[in-house]
Amino acid sequence: MIPASFDYLAPATAAEALAALAEHGDDAKVLAGGQSLLPILRMRLNAPEVVIDLGKIPELQGISEDGDHLVIGAMTTYAAVLASEAVSTHAALLSKAVATVADPQIRHRGTVGGALVHADPAGDVGAPVLALGAELVIAGSDGTTRTVTAEDFFEDLFTTAVGEDELLTQIRIPKHTGWGAHYEKFVRVSHQWSIVAIAATVRVEDGAIAEARVGLTNMGATPLRVAGVEAALVGQPPTDEAVRAAVASIADDTNPPSDLNGDSGYRKHLATVLARRAVLAAAGA
Amino acid sequence: MTVTDETQTREAPELEIGRARFRKEDERLITGRSRFTDNMQLPGMLHLAMVRSPFAHATITSIDTDAAKAAPGVIAVVTGEDIKDIQGVNANAWPITTDQVTPTHLPVVIDHVACAGEIVAVIAARTEAQARDAIELVDVDYEELPAVLDSKEALKDEVLAHPDLGTNKSAFWQLDSAAQGSGGDVEEAIAKARTDGVVIEREFRQQRLIPAFMEPRSTVVDPTGDQLTVWSATQVPHILRFLIAATTGLPESKLRVVAPDVGGGFGGKLQTTPEEFATIAVARRLGKPCKYTETRSESLLSGHHGRDQWQKLTLSAEKDGTVTGLKVELIADLGAYVAVIGGGIPVLGAWMFNAIYKFPAYQFNCQTVLTNKAWVDAYRGAGRPEATFGIERMMDELAAEVGVDPLEIREQNWITHEEFPFTTVAGMTYDSGNYEAATAKAKELFGYDALRAEQARRRADKDPVQLGIGVSTFTEMCGLAPSRILGSLNYGAGGWEHASIRMLPTGKVEVITGSSAHGQGHHTAWSQIVADRLGVAFEDVEVLHGDTAIAPKGMDTYGSRSLVVGGEAVVRAADKVIEKAKVIAAHLLEASADDLEFSGGRFGVKGTDRGLAIGEVALATFAAHNLPDGVEPSLDSDATYDPVNFSFPHGTHLCAMEVDTETGATSMRSYACVDDVGVIVNPLLVEGQIHGGLVQGISQALWEGAEYDENGTLVTGSFVDYTLPTAADTISFVTDTTVSPSTTNTLGTKGVGEAGTIAATPAVVNAIIDALRPLGIHDIQMPCTPERVWQAIQSASTPPEGEREAAPHFDERAPNQDPPGGSITEGGAQ
Repeated sequence: MIPASFDYLAPATAAEALAALAEHGDDAKVLAGGQSLLPILRMRLNAPEVVIDLGKIPELQGISEDGDHLVIGAMTTYAAVLASEAVSTHAALLSKAVATVADPQIRHRGTVGGALVHADPAGDVGAPVLALGAELVIAGSDGTTRTVTAEDFFEDLFTTAVGEDELLTQIRIPKHTGWGAHYEKFVRVSHQWSIVAIAATVRVEDGAIAEARVGLTNMGATPLRVAGVEAALVGQPPTDEAVRAAVASIADDTNPPSDLNGDSGYRKHLATVLARRAVLAAAGA
Repeated sequence: MTVTDETQTREAPELEIGRARFRKEDERLITGRSRFTDNMQLPGMLHLAMVRSPFAHATITSIDTDAAKAAPGVIAVVTGEDIKDIQGVNANAWPITTDQVTPTHLPVVIDHVACAGEIVAVIAARTEAQARDAIELVDVDYEELPAVLDSKEALKDEVLAHPDLGTNKSAFWQLDSAAQGSGGDVEEAIAKARTDGVVIEREFRQQRLIPAFMEPRSTVVDPTGDQLTVWSATQVPHILRFLIAATTGLPESKLRVVAPDVGGGFGGKLQTTPEEFATIAVARRLGKPCKYTETRSESLLSGHHGRDQWQKLTLSAEKDGTVTGLKVELIADLGAYVAVIGGGIPVLGAWMFNAIYKFPAYQFNCQTVLTNKAWVDAYRGAGRPEATFGIERMMDELAAEVGVDPLEIREQNWITHEEFPFTTVAGMTYDSGNYEAATAKAKELFGYDALRAEQARRRADKDPVQLGIGVSTFTEMCGLAPSRILGSLNYGAGGWEHASIRMLPTGKVEVITGSSAHGQGHHTAWSQIVADRLGVAFEDVEVLHGDTAIAPKGMDTYGSRSLVVGGEAVVRAADKVIEKAKVIAAHLLEASADDLEFSGGRFGVKGTDRGLAIGEVALATFAAHNLPDGVEPSLDSDATYDPVNFSFPHGTHLCAMEVDTETGATSMRSYACVDDVGVIVNPLLVEGQIHGGLVQGISQALWEGAEYDENGTLVTGSFVDYTLPTAADTISFVTDTTVSPSTTNTLGTKGVGEAGTIAATPAVVNAIIDALRPLGIHDIQMPCTPERVWQAIQSASTPPEGEREAAPHFDERAPNQDPPGGSITEGGAQ
């Protein structure tokens, strides 16, 4: 199918892209891999006048280390994240989640930053980024840069802290070196969006969980982090019984959707089962 | 011309039939050198876009096309009113009863919309983009009407899909074994079983499916003077040509229909579509070539759907499990129109519900009903998967009720191999088969006893992941169809197939077949057949098809008919070539035709080393210098073959499913099947058909289902929501074959195109139910989504000790019969 006609811009730098955004405002849409935007355009659910392709801006791509942080350029593809030893060493949770995204073709086109700004609650990078306590670097067309926490980044369904004339440029993830991680994704067919998924990463010390981070995919309008469950896991041995008790309340304050794959109540049930499995797998149990 | 003097020690060439030849078609197809309809580019060609109704049921009060006509590149905007005299109709060719209620199906509607996606206007523009841009500029005023979407609701005739018809009931069709003299009275059998036997009553849902072929449908029409060439992504170029002529008044002789490379059909392209007819009408009106190619969303919305039945089944048996009767009551949802063979599809089940079992009494009832949803027609298996699902589920239920292994109850009731040919209670004569052999082999390949032992262990251990084993011992009828039988069923055509063989002077052979391949591998298989028959090289045979100018006669490809009917026509044409060549060879060899024997492509004079290769005879015939008096200089031959009976492949399919009782997730542990499709021409093609068929059958059990919301909007309108599996979702299947040659054709073939799809669905569902039966679960509606499985577990109540395992009565209010999700209109975040 053919999208409605639009002008295509392919800036070479982030500054050029921001200038274009400032010029075209809400007539423009940013193309950051296109795995969500292109279907939307082709089905004519949106018809922007200008499409600004970030795919030709080298400074937005790549993975580096900055002290105790990993820095991932917003236009880094899922495939690049998956291939990165730095990510699997210091943010294993993100590697595990990205490995479940759709299929190889999509992982070679889709980008981490594109997915975060699209902010589909069923997407697979939001929950791990949230659970890992990442910071998101946002550049404005006025030349300023600001950093927001992942908690503040996700505002609502398909809505983030990135303003109309702003771009997400970097994801800064505190290193979780030596933490175990697991992304427990529940789907009916492998290329599907998550029905529910649990992102869990834990540090085990002396046979007990010393620290835990747990994020939820598709259990509400945004990715969720469950501080109560994280706290309840601390000090627990990684046993079925202990973890079952600690995650029992995980779905209490959630509002998951109802659709063909399951109603809200079923998703809440799934979250409790999957959380136990995710935490136990992350703990190597 | 020289007479060859090959020695008697000449080795017989290896037979082609039975060889796992790679497909001749594949190099072209996988290197992108194929030509699909959408690849056609004609000079001056216009591109069409369809304005479609968003409403399931509405009256059109006005259409304003002015803005669209003024849009850049737009040449014309055409409404149904504009082409009412030339557009023809999408005809039903199989009225199942003489009083069938059949709404008129206009390609472009004029004032009444009966389902969402119907074409209201057609835009013709210089580019496809311009045509699509203009869609939203067409201003259509609709007056929405109440829509009837549920087939059981529709039977009440309270809301009408077509108010002018006065009813939603299209036709009622019955086969009664007592009435037709092929068996006893089913009501008597059931009444008797209620007093001293076993009665199993179940209601199963065959959900609506979407064929979802790889290549979306596309049509190119080129009007040249008073002639018209139509290229279309169709399974049925010959039927399309006939129906265009029959309903538009265009002379058939002025029409050429071409099905170029076609990317799959699965029955979904066994249709004459509104899009084809609209493209023809607009091309004629404008006098210019026109192309229309649908989007995937349009394909899911407006191509015909499949299945969609309620099946109320009553099975009676003796206490020991010997079956005594089967009563079938179907409600078949046809959607908004009676498609080309839409009404007949569920009726094909009439001869299949009794399956491989010796029911003494049988009754089949089918009520077809109209609703405001997409029309329904053939989808891989077409009536036979539905029936096979019903009976194979019932046999598992009977086994549970009697308390024996499901394979045992089948063996107790099936036709034994000594009993073939066997005339069934439905009146069909099964040609050949050996259910014992296929089952024994399948059990061994599957490791049946070990899996049963593991199942018992897991049950005892209360493992949260339970194991279930599903059985499907299916049969089907292939080789549609003896024309006399079709005539007795009021079908609009015959069931013959045509073939021609042209012997070229260089010894190469052209085979023209009336079958119309769209992925099956006819080029390869037909080449193998002809290579053996004429004794020529596999590489020297070319197969031509799918163009009515090249292959003027044919009945096309569907219903696993091509090899059984079309292949037999090829054999008969080849035999005529040999007969013609023999006369000329005898003349050239100065021998009596009676003294010639044809073997390995050579006519030899018995008792001598003299002979002529068939290629040499072909060259001599071409030269025509030295032919017998009165013999025409041609070896080319035609054959039109009308089958005398169907063929009845069968097989035993065994499936092991793991069911996660905590989440309801199911996963396939193993799948083994042994199919008996008669003599195998090419084992690789058979393997491919079985594997692909299995995935489609498994997919009905687990993943696929077309869902509408309460307004009649298709909720599963993209591949995000219509969940098709990929290779990542399936496992490696263990497949094997047994061979009971068919007795109804020369080659002994039976047909394989639909076997996997027909067999797999009940095997999977039986396995899931088998895993959960100790919890008191005896049905889960398809697709068996994790949510449905989990809900079934939640609402199950373990039967008290000593009570029978299979509940005996209809249970329409079972919680697992609800549609999935709390509210499918919310659509979630996806």
